[in-house]
Amino acid sequence: MSAPVWPALLGRFAWDSLPFVRAWQNPTINELIGAGAAAMVVVGVVFVVLLLTRLDRWRWLWSKWLTSLDHKKIGILYVVIALVMLARALVEANLMRLQQAVAIGNPGFVAPEHFAELFSTHGSIMIFFMAMPFLTGLINYLVPLQIGARDVAFPLLNAIGLWLTGAGAALMMVSLVIGRFSTGGWSGYPPFTEIGFNPGVGPDYWIWAVTLGSIASTLTGINIAVTIYKMRCPGMTLMRMPLFAWTSLCTAILMIFAMPPLTIATALLALDRYLGFHFFTNALGGNMMNYANLFWMFGHPEVYIVVLPAFGIYSEVVSTFSSKELYGYTSLVIATMAIAVLSFTVWLHHFFTMGQSPSINAAFGIATMTIGVPTGVKIYNWIWTMFRGEVRFTTPMWYALAFMMTFVLGGLTGIILAFPPLDYVVHNTLFLVAHFHNMLIPGTLYGMLAAYTFWFPKAFGFRLNERWGRISCACWVLGFYLAFMPLYVLGAAGMARRTQAVMETAYRPWLYVAEIGALVLFFAFAALIVQLWVSIRQRDANRVFPGDPWDGRGLEWSTSAPPPEYNFARRPVVDQPHWFFDAKRKEAPYAPPAEYHDIEMPRNSAVAPIIGIASGAVGFALVWHIWWLAILGMLVVIGTVIARSFVRDTHRIIPARAVERTERGWLEAVAKARPIPREIETSPANQGVALVTR
Amino acid sequence: MSKDETAPASLNLGGTDAETHAAAGRDVFGFWVFLMSDAVLFALLFATYGVMLPATAGGPTPASEYKIGPIFAETLILLTSSVTYGMASVAMKHGGAQRVIFGWLAATLALGLLFLGMELHDFSEMFSHGADPTRSGFLSAFFGLVPLHGLHVLAGSLWIVVMMVQLRVFGLDPRVKINLLRLGLFWHFLDLIWIAIFSTVYLPGLIR
Repeated sequence: MSAPVWPALLGRFAWDSLPFVRAWQNPTINELIGAGAAAMVVVGVVFVVLLLTRLDRWRWLWSKWLTSLDHKKIGILYVVIALVMLARALVEANLMRLQQAVAIGNPGFVAPEHFAELFSTHGSIMIFFMAMPFLTGLINYLVPLQIGARDVAFPLLNAIGLWLTGAGAALMMVSLVIGRFSTGGWSGYPPFTEIGFNPGVGPDYWIWAVTLGSIASTLTGINIAVTIYKMRCPGMTLMRMPLFAWTSLCTAILMIFAMPPLTIATALLALDRYLGFHFFTNALGGNMMNYANLFWMFGHPEVYIVVLPAFGIYSEVVSTFSSKELYGYTSLVIATMAIAVLSFTVWLHHFFTMGQSPSINAAFGIATMTIGVPTGVKIYNWIWTMFRGEVRFTTPMWYALAFMMTFVLGGLTGIILAFPPLDYVVHNTLFLVAHFHNMLIPGTLYGMLAAYTFWFPKAFGFRLNERWGRISCACWVLGFYLAFMPLYVLGAAGMARRTQAVMETAYRPWLYVAEIGALVLFFAFAALIVQLWVSIRQRDANRVFPGDPWDGRGLEWSTSAPPPEYNFARRPVVDQPHWFFDAKRKEAPYAPPAEYHDIEMPRNSAVAPIIGIASGAVGFALVWHIWWLAILGMLVVIGTVIARSFVRDTHRIIPARAVERTERGWLEAVAKARPIPREIETSPANQGVALVTR
Repeated sequence: MSKDETAPASLNLGGTDAETHAAAGRDVFGFWVFLMSDAVLFALLFATYGVMLPATAGGPTPASEYKIGPIFAETLILLTSSVTYGMASVAMKHGGAQRVIFGWLAATLALGLLFLGMELHDFSEMFSHGADPTRSGFLSAFFGLVPLHGLHVLAGSLWIVVMMVQLRVFGLDPRVKINLLRLGLFWHFLDLIWIAIFSTVYLPGLIR
């Protein structure tokens, strides 16, 4: 490390904090990769700025998106963050697989420290800045529509959550350009991440990025839970909610109770690092196993935070594309709740080898296996939903089917790991890596992508290209099997996880297969982008403005696509679970309301961007010990909150006439559209109105 | 749902419309949920404190550091501040004059600040004979838990100041009422946490 440039102003920033300088001084492939990644971030930012300036879209971006409190726009922005971060973490995964395939009996091209940064960022991003924003975005977009509400309970808090997540994601990206990231893995275990072993900025980047994400998720959880408890439309009892709303509720509850442990874990680690506390140090009574407990008290419920929404999505998808009511709705609700409760009782299985007594391990092992029961109930429910249904093999349905096969396989290896004696044999090997990818790729990613394909027409008014969707889906599935099945073998053979160079040449063929799998996964993402590009170009042929392209069941399909800002011109009143589905068959679901009323919606607010940017600045300043900026940022956050509490004019009125104009335009489009049967729903004939037999 | 079900029990919003009542219900319920999440933070710090109690690393112990006198006084002060806040709530509910509410808030603020001053004095005394968080795991856990409560009291005090200003600026409009109710929940919640600190941190430490 060279000397800091200007400590009073820039903290501990030194010239060799920049990867470009490091690559200049020491032009190895390793350093060039770092500089290349940093250059991609810089070029990406410059490109977006230039593009926005060129198209003169800054004002549009600010007033239509960044300051909007519309839950639908916030939801879309969350998904955008998730897709950007997915791209980065996927590239990192490919780099790691390539390194391991190359570095058999030699050091390869990625240095050990750099390799450690790669697996740390890959894991941290995939959990905190891919899975979490993706599912939060979907919940945000869908839940108010599904329960017949006009917005979430706390629209501003919702936007603040988005901006805090964005600030955390931005810190992750900045760590590529300035400084280095943590080498401590996504779980950041001390004492390795303590100041004594890791005095650099890496663990601090991890701490503050994750803390921002954690606080954002706590706020989101509160918001979603209150929305679901308090804002359902008349007649929408809890047991009439779509299953996705139920899984969202359970996820929200998990967020409320499971995010605080993470906040505590990172905050105590920060106290150790910044103020010399001894929570997790080796000396003076510190106890790192406390950290393991705190972290996994968050970490295990987190698994269900990311998996449960996908369960809800599959329930909607399987039921819609089987043209059948969901089999065993009540049992699915109970199973979801059971999983949510049980998820708090199994955290210790992440460290069976800590050294506690066998009876404790046995208790947690049994609790772990118990979770398999409600999960199994769900799988059967989906299978029975398809049974004797008219199953249509659309892209979301392919994801759902791939999920069912793959997830059961991962569940079985989970049962293996739940036996403490077996866990002792394979813990910390690639067997574990294969297992949790086997849960999270089908259990979260496929679900997110199924939802993306399924609800995209609702959000943007046109369907996605079916062919590229299927290509992408096929690659995600094939790539998963090629990339992770070999890891089971390697893990059982004893290959440790997070290995930078491999000394055992017998591993070679398996590592080659895994590398090919990683490439296929990367191609799957590329196909997803191609699909988006092609679909945007062909959007005019695939418009579904009337809003019901799949003969949907929930209330969200009863609005135009995209829905108006206020969602519903009059609040729906429902008398049964699949009100819209049945209304299409029995009565007129598109009847105009008797009269139109003024609608009050939240006004745009710059509060969330200010708080988000200031919080991001605080995080960055703490990483680099730029104390003046940290204090300034905190004052801005507190000042903004206080100033906002003095603003009384927070709503604006959409006049009844404007509502009427919007609604009439939509109802005319509905009347003009030709209802189509399900057989041709993926063709341009689909104009968003379903042909139903009465 | 009827008005009575959605309106928070201790709030008198007068003759406002149904939507204001529904919004008040949401706001107050949301704050309860937030407090539950906050309670988890404290619960984990209590657990951490319990685990790290023996980790004195040959340094100061609970018995050598805790003084029952000031702690008991702080407890009484904080509990009294809850009573004064309660008086403000009662005045708000039963249409008391604004200056009455203002006065009770001011009394609460004074007691809160007195509590903070005394607590800071305790801490500085501990620091002065080497009982600082860098000394041992036990002291780290103590200074992770108790000052976090203090920080909450500080935030609550700032909030009281803001509400006193808003009372002057806006009078008792529905938002001021809702925020006073939420502030009350927060303040009483801090009392609850302090009782837990008093009876699981200080008292056992002194008995030993």
